[in-house]
Amino acid sequence: MEFLSPSTLEEALEAKSAHPDAVPIMGGTDVMVELNFDKRRPPALIDLARIPELAEYGPDGDRTRLGAGVSYTEVVEHLSGTAPALAKASRSVASPQIRNRGTVGGNLGGASPAGDAHPSLLATDATVELASVRGRRRVPVREFFLSLRKTARRDDELITAVLLPEPSGPQQFAKIGTRNAMVIAVTSFALALDGERRAVGTGLGSAGPTPLRAEAAEEFLAQEFDWENGRSPSEATVRRFGELVAAAARPIDDQRGSAEYRRHALAVMARRALSWSVTDYRKGVTRCA
Amino acid sequence: MRVSFNVNGEDVTADDVWPGESLLYVLRERLGLPGSKNACEQGECGSCTVYFDGVTACSCMIAAGQAQGRSVRTVEGLAEGEGAERELGTVQEAFVEAGAVQCGFCTPGLLVQTDDLLERTVGAGLPAPADAEIREALAGNLCRCTGYEKIIDAVHLAAGRRAGAGSGA
Repeated sequence: MEFLSPSTLEEALEAKSAHPDAVPIMGGTDVMVELNFDKRRPPALIDLARIPELAEYGPDGDRTRLGAGVSYTEVVEHLSGTAPALAKASRSVASPQIRNRGTVGGNLGGASPAGDAHPSLLATDATVELASVRGRRRVPVREFFLSLRKTARRDDELITAVLLPEPSGPQQFAKIGTRNAMVIAVTSFALALDGERRAVGTGLGSAGPTPLRAEAAEEFLAQEFDWENGRSPSEATVRRFGELVAAAARPIDDQRGSAEYRRHALAVMARRALSWSVTDYRKGVTRCA
Repeated sequence: MRVSFNVNGEDVTADDVWPGESLLYVLRERLGLPGSKNACEQGECGSCTVYFDGVTACSCMIAAGQAQGRSVRTVEGLAEGEGAERELGTVQEAFVEAGAVQCGFCTPGLLVQTDDLLERTVGAGLPAPADAEIREALAGNLCRCTGYEKIIDAVHLAAGRRAGAGSGA
């Protein structure tokens, strides 16, 4: 096995082009588990941790550009205002040691349906930036996940950044597990209310072969919600929203939970996230008035 | 491959390293530093926690080559003083006194993670961490003897002493 240690993005892209089977490694929190347990023997590792550009974050037009190598700890410490749902999700990742190393880019690269970052990226309509020697392209996260652990990333491409739209309303994230820390989500849910476009975004984790959206629930709530004044939706509306979120799930029974439990938990989280968000939205409306 | 880095203030080199092996393996099997413990090899238990460029991490999840040129501080580096004067550090001493060590296997990771918590709190002039903050900081360190109460006592003890030392008391 080769160990490639590029110090610039150009070198990394050339390495990935020359070795499309090489596995990129950043925090190592997924890759090293596979190596330690002999589940994977890639021909080469490409260490991306020495590329300054990947560790940076900052404004990019009206969005925030989050380098693929920024740790969850940094997201929690610096991006809770610009990316509230992602910051909440990042806070729920594993343990301090793992948050110090794990990255949103790595989460997208692994594309686990349980990845903690994915629901919030779906709900907020974030965009993935991919690069290769052929150039850079941007893919909406909503089009990134194709099937179980398969993504729109091509073999010669590296994930370089995520573009996070500026929030224009409350964002929430909720996750079910046996304890707060060190949990692979039994199921998880993110909600974003976009007051400017009067649109609703959702993201469901551990609820199907890929991270999912509940589009019918989004459309329903966008119609029903009182965007003008932020009045609390009726009980029937809240219940229906939960049902539509649960109906969008395609869960399986596994050691972490049954499909039935996951659907139930999703409906509960959706209702709670909605009520938290409405409270926050109303505060926002009052502030603006 | 050859990997050179700094451990506990000393420049070291390991030869014939397989690129897929972990920093933990390099520390324990190639550099004779068995303080960091190998329990789960998947980041679940925290027993192999070390400082990696000043930030705590599970050394089982760092590829050996990623350590090239970096700075690592292990539990062996928490002792204070030099040579014959070398003695247990504040956090280590507190764990002994509070009875926070049972089988001892999780202790090295807890010591490093506690040291980091105290650096970021009392060490930075902030108040000593409360129970909730301690539990959060140590959430990734498993003690299979389930001796958590004594461990939390030890953190409080160490925090009090470090805060006292900081104010010159």
